[in-house]
Amino acid sequence: MSKNVSIKYALDWTTVAFYVALVLMGWISIYGASYNFDQSSIFDFSQRAGSQFIWIMTAFAIGGMLLLVDSRMYDFFAYFIYAFAIILLIFTIVAPNSIAPDIKGSRSWLVFGPVRFQPAELAKIATALALSKFMSSYNYKLKTWKDLLPLGMFILLPIGLIILQHETGSALVFLAFLLMFYREGMNGIVLLLGTFAIVLFVIVIRFSNIPIQVDRGTLGFIAAMLIILLVQVFYAIFFGRNQKEAIILLLGSVVVAAISYVINIWFRVNYNYISIFSIVASCIYWIFVELLNRYRKYWFLILFSIGSVLFCFSADYLFEKVLQPHQQVRIKVLLNMEDDPTGAGYNVNQSKIAIGSGGFWGKGFLNGTQTKLKYVPEQDTDFIFCTVGEEHGFWGSTLVLALYWLFLMRLLKIAERQRETFNRVFAYCVASIFFFHLTINVGMVLGIMPVIGIPLPFFSYGGSSLWGFTILLFILLRLDASRLERMW
Amino acid sequence: MINDTLQGRRTVIAIIMSAVIVLYILRLFTIQIIDTRYKEGADSNAFLKKTQFPPRGLIYDRKHTLLVYNKPAYDIALIMREIRGLDTLAFCKALNIDKAEFIQRIEDVKDRRKNPGYSTYTPQLFMSQLSIEDIATIQQSMYKFPGFYIQNRTLREYAYPIGAHVLGSIGEVSQRKIDNDDYYNRGDYAGRDGIEYTYEESLRGEKGVEILLRDAKGRIKGKFENGKKDIAPKAGKNLTLTLDIQLQLLAEELLKGKMGSVVAIEPTTGEILAMVSNPSFNPAILVGRQRSKNYNALLHDPTKPLMNRATQALYPPGSSFKTAEALVCQQMGGINEHTYFQCNGKNSSPIRCTHSHGSPVSLLSAVEESCNPYFWNAFRATIEKDGYGSRNINFRTRYDEWADRMKSFGLGEKFTDSDIYEQSRGYIPTQKYYNKLYRGETGWRAITIRSNAIGQGEVLSTPLQMANLMCAIANEGYYISPHLNRCDSLRKKIHYCKVDKKYFPIVFEAMWRVFDSGTAVASKIPGIDMCGKTGTADNSHGKPHSIFVGFAPRVHPKIAIAVVVENAGFGSMFAAPIFSLLAEQYLTGKIKRPELLERTKNTVTNAYVQER
Ligand SMILES: [Zn+2]
Repeated sequence: MSKNVSIKYALDWTTVAFYVALVLMGWISIYGASYNFDQSSIFDFSQRAGSQFIWIMTAFAIGGMLLLVDSRMYDFFAYFIYAFAIILLIFTIVAPNSIAPDIKGSRSWLVFGPVRFQPAELAKIATALALSKFMSSYNYKLKTWKDLLPLGMFILLPIGLIILQHETGSALVFLAFLLMFYREGMNGIVLLLGTFAIVLFVIVIRFSNIPIQVDRGTLGFIAAMLIILLVQVFYAIFFGRNQKEAIILLLGSVVVAAISYVINIWFRVNYNYISIFSIVASCIYWIFVELLNRYRKYWFLILFSIGSVLFCFSADYLFEKVLQPHQQVRIKVLLNMEDDPTGAGYNVNQSKIAIGSGGFWGKGFLNGTQTKLKYVPEQDTDFIFCTVGEEHGFWGSTLVLALYWLFLMRLLKIAERQRETFNRVFAYCVASIFFFHLTINVGMVLGIMPVIGIPLPFFSYGGSSLWGFTILLFILLRLDASRLERMW
Repeated sequence: MINDTLQGRRTVIAIIMSAVIVLYILRLFTIQIIDTRYKEGADSNAFLKKTQFPPRGLIYDRKHTLLVYNKPAYDIALIMREIRGLDTLAFCKALNIDKAEFIQRIEDVKDRRKNPGYSTYTPQLFMSQLSIEDIATIQQSMYKFPGFYIQNRTLREYAYPIGAHVLGSIGEVSQRKIDNDDYYNRGDYAGRDGIEYTYEESLRGEKGVEILLRDAKGRIKGKFENGKKDIAPKAGKNLTLTLDIQLQLLAEELLKGKMGSVVAIEPTTGEILAMVSNPSFNPAILVGRQRSKNYNALLHDPTKPLMNRATQALYPPGSSFKTAEALVCQQMGGINEHTYFQCNGKNSSPIRCTHSHGSPVSLLSAVEESCNPYFWNAFRATIEKDGYGSRNINFRTRYDEWADRMKSFGLGEKFTDSDIYEQSRGYIPTQKYYNKLYRGETGWRAITIRSNAIGQGEVLSTPLQMANLMCAIANEGYYISPHLNRCDSLRKKIHYCKVDKKYFPIVFEAMWRVFDSGTAVASKIPGIDMCGKTGTADNSHGKPHSIFVGFAPRVHPKIAIAVVVENAGFGSMFAAPIFSLLAEQYLTGKIKRPELLERTKNTVTNAYVQER
C-alpha cells in the first residue's frame, strides 16, 4: 500500500496530463479523418475511431501497470530485453510467411492469431534501456571517439535488422539517439557535420542536372565546392582569428575563377575540375600556413575539406545506387526536381492542399472535405496531421505543436532532475525519439521532409505504435517517480 | 549531480527542439494564411484516378489457332454521395436482380472490412463482369439512376467449348492476394487455375490510369493536363500453347460418356499435345456473372468435373508399369534378356497369371503377354540379389535403388519444372513407409511388397506420369517435363533415366508385338508401327480401370499417349481404340476408320457423366 501512495505523490502528473491531452486530440482527429456521413458514433468499434478507443484504453491500462513495476527492474533486465528484441527482429526476418506476412513489400509484423505487433517498436524501447544501462555503468564515460564505438554497435544492430525488413523509416528513428549522445558528452561537431553533410547532399542532388555552361560543369557540384571554401574562410576568421589568411584565400579563389573563365573563351575547361583544383590548392595553402607558423589549428579544416569533396563525389552514387527508386522519387519531389502530382508527389501535394485549405480558423470539426474525399492517402495514420490542419486551421495545428513543445520541454526538465545516470540517459532517449518522430512526420506532411512513413506519437491510428510510445513514456515516469523513493 | 559540466547542453537541445517547432509553425503560417494557391487547389485541383484495365493476353494453340480471347464486359460502380431519389425497384428490374441482392451489395460496399477504401465521394464497385446482354436494358435508362456508372472491362471468350482443365479460369481476387500484391484491388480478376493461373503475371498486362479533375463536391471537371499524365494500359502478353486443337477436340469427343482422361505428349520436347479429363464442362460457363452459381454446381457434382483427372487423379498403373519394371530389373542385374521364369497360369503363386501362354516365359513375351508371375520373379530376383543381410540391410539398400531408378522415369514426384499448376505427386513407396507400416526394418520382405512388381498396391501414378513414362521409353532413357507453354525455356532441362540405352530395344520389340499380334491387334493402324501396353488397374470400388499407354511410330516416335477409362474393365477393349484413333489423327492428319471412330465415340461406360 505504501508504495502506491508514494507513486501517487511522486508521479509527474503534468506529463501525464500532456499525454492524455495528446492522445485524446489524436483520437478526435482519427474520428474526423475517417468520418463519413453515414456513420455517427465515435465508439463504433468497426470503424477506425472505435478501435483506436480500444487501443487507447489498453494503452492507459499498460501505462498504469508499468507504474507498479519496481523501478530497479528496468536496470536489471535491460540487456535481457535488448537481447529478446534482437532475437524477435531476426525471427521476423526468417519466420515463415504465416507468422511474418509480407505486407506491401515489407516483412516487419509478427502475427499470432488476432495479435499483430511490430518488433521494431520493442527494439526502440529495448535499445533505449540497453544504452541507459551501458552508459550508466560504473567505469563508462563518453569522452573520446573510442567511447562511441560500443554505443554505435548497440544502435547499428537493430538498424541493420530493420532495414533487412524493408522498414527504412523505423530504422532511421534510431538516429535520434545521437541527440542523447550529445547530451552525454559526444562532441557537438558530429551534429554539425551531419547537418553539413545533409546540406551538401541536397545541393549536389538538387542542382546536379543544371549545367553552369553546356558541358562545362554542373551548378550543384560547383556550389558545394564554393560552400566548402566559404567554410574555410569563416573558420579562418572566427577560429583561426586570422583575417589576412582568409583574404588571401578569397582573392586566390577569385583569381582562379577569373583565369579559368578567360581560358574558357578559347578552350573547353570543365569548371567542376577547376573548383576541385581550388579546394586542393586551398588545402595545400593551409598546410603551408600550418608548417610556416607552426600552427596546429588547421589540421581539422584540411581533413574536413578533403572529406567534404569526397562526400560530394559519392553523393550522386549514394543517391543512384544505395537509395531505392521510390526513395529517389520522394527526394526529387521534395526538392522540386520532379513534378509528379499523381505519384509520389500526390500525397504531399494533397496534404499541403488539405492543410492550406484550413486557413486560420479551419473548416470546423468533421467539416474537412479534402481528407474525407480520400484525396489524402493514409489520412488516419501517417498523414493524420492533415486533418488537424484542415479542420482546425492554423490555430489548431499551432496549438498541437505548442502542446508537443511543452511536452518535450517537460521531458528535458524531468531528465535533468534525475540523480541516476541510467534514468537521465533513458529520459533523453525518450525525448529524442518523440522529437525525431514529430520532426519527420510533421515535416513530411508540411512538405519539408521526404516521405518517410513513421507515425506521429499519440496521434496516428494504430495500436502497435501507441502502445510503444506509451510504454516508453511510462517507464520514464516510473523511473522519475523513484527519485523520491529514498526519502520516503 | 553528475556530469555537471555538460548540463549546458540541455539548453542547446532545447533550442534545437524549439527551432524545429517554430520553423513548422512558420511553415503552417505560409501554407494556411499567406499562400492562397492551396485554397484554390482545394476547390478544384483534386484528382480522380480511374483505372484503365488492360486486355488480357490471348491464348493460341501450337498451330496458332486462336483459343481464348476477350469480349467487352461492364462493371457497375456507384458514388454514394451522388445517388438521388433512386427508384430501387426499377433499378433492380433493369439489372435483373432482386431487392435482397441489391441491399446485400450496398451493404458490402459500405462494409469497411470488405472494402477498406470505402468513401462516399469516390466510385465504388457495385457489380462486376456484366455482359453486353446483361447491360443492354439498363444502358438506355442509366440517366434515371444518378450516382451509378458503367465501367468497361473485358471477359474471357472461348473459340471452342473444350479444354476447361488446361485453360483454367479467371475469378475475383482474394483478400490475401490483394494484401500481398500491390497490383490488385478489390473486385479485380486474376487467373484461379490452369494456364490462366500459372501465367497470370504475363497474361494480365499492366493497368493504366486516367487522371480526371474533380471539385470538392466530387463533380468531374475534365482531364488533368489534357491527359498528358495518363498512363495507357499495357495489354497482356499472348500465349502459345503446345496443344494441338484438332487432337484435343478428337480426344474430348472420344472420351464422351466415359469417365477418364487422355494425355498426349511429343516425346522429344515434352510438349503436351492434348490433355483431356472427363467429366468436363464448357469453360465459358465460368465466365462473368454466372461464374459463382455454375462453380458451386460443379463443386458439388459427385462426378467431380472440376478435378483435372489427367494430372490429379491417381491410379495404380497396372501392367503399363511392367515396361519400366523390365528396364529397371535389367539395369539392376536381376534379369537379362535371356532370363526365363516358370508360369503356371491361374495356379501361379503368390501372384496368379491372368493370361494363358506357354511356360517358361521369356522377358520379351512376359512384357507382351503381361505375365504377372514373371514380373514377380524378376522383381524378387532384383531386390533379393544380395540376400537380406543383417537387419535386412542388403535387401533394403536394393529396394531403395529400385525405387530411385523407378522415380527417374518421372514417377512418384511432381514435375517441378513444369507449368502445370494442378498436379498430384503419385507414389513410389519409400523404405521409410514400409518400415513404419510393417513395424521395423525387418518386418517386410520381397514377398510382402510383391504387388510393386506389377504396378498394383501402393504404387500410384497420374495419367500425366504414365504418358511421360512412355516419352522416357520412346526417347530411350530421358524425358523433358511435360508442359503447356510453347517456349524454349521449358524445353531446356533434360531428365535422364537411370537405365542404360542398351536395355530399351527389347521393350520396344515387346510393345510393338502388342499391336502386331498381342492384345491390341484390333487397334492396329495399317502402315504405322506402333508400340503399346495394355493395363488394367484393380479398383476396390468397382470394375477395374482400363488403361492403355504407348507411343508411335516405333522409329523416331512423334507422340506418346496415356489413356485411362475408369471402371471400363479390360484395357484393350476401351482404351486401346482411343489410343489408336488419336495416333492416327496426329500422325496422318485424318481418320480413315470412320466405323471405329463412331463406335468408340458412342460407347458409354458411365451413364452418370453429364454433358455440360
Ligand atoms: Zn503368365
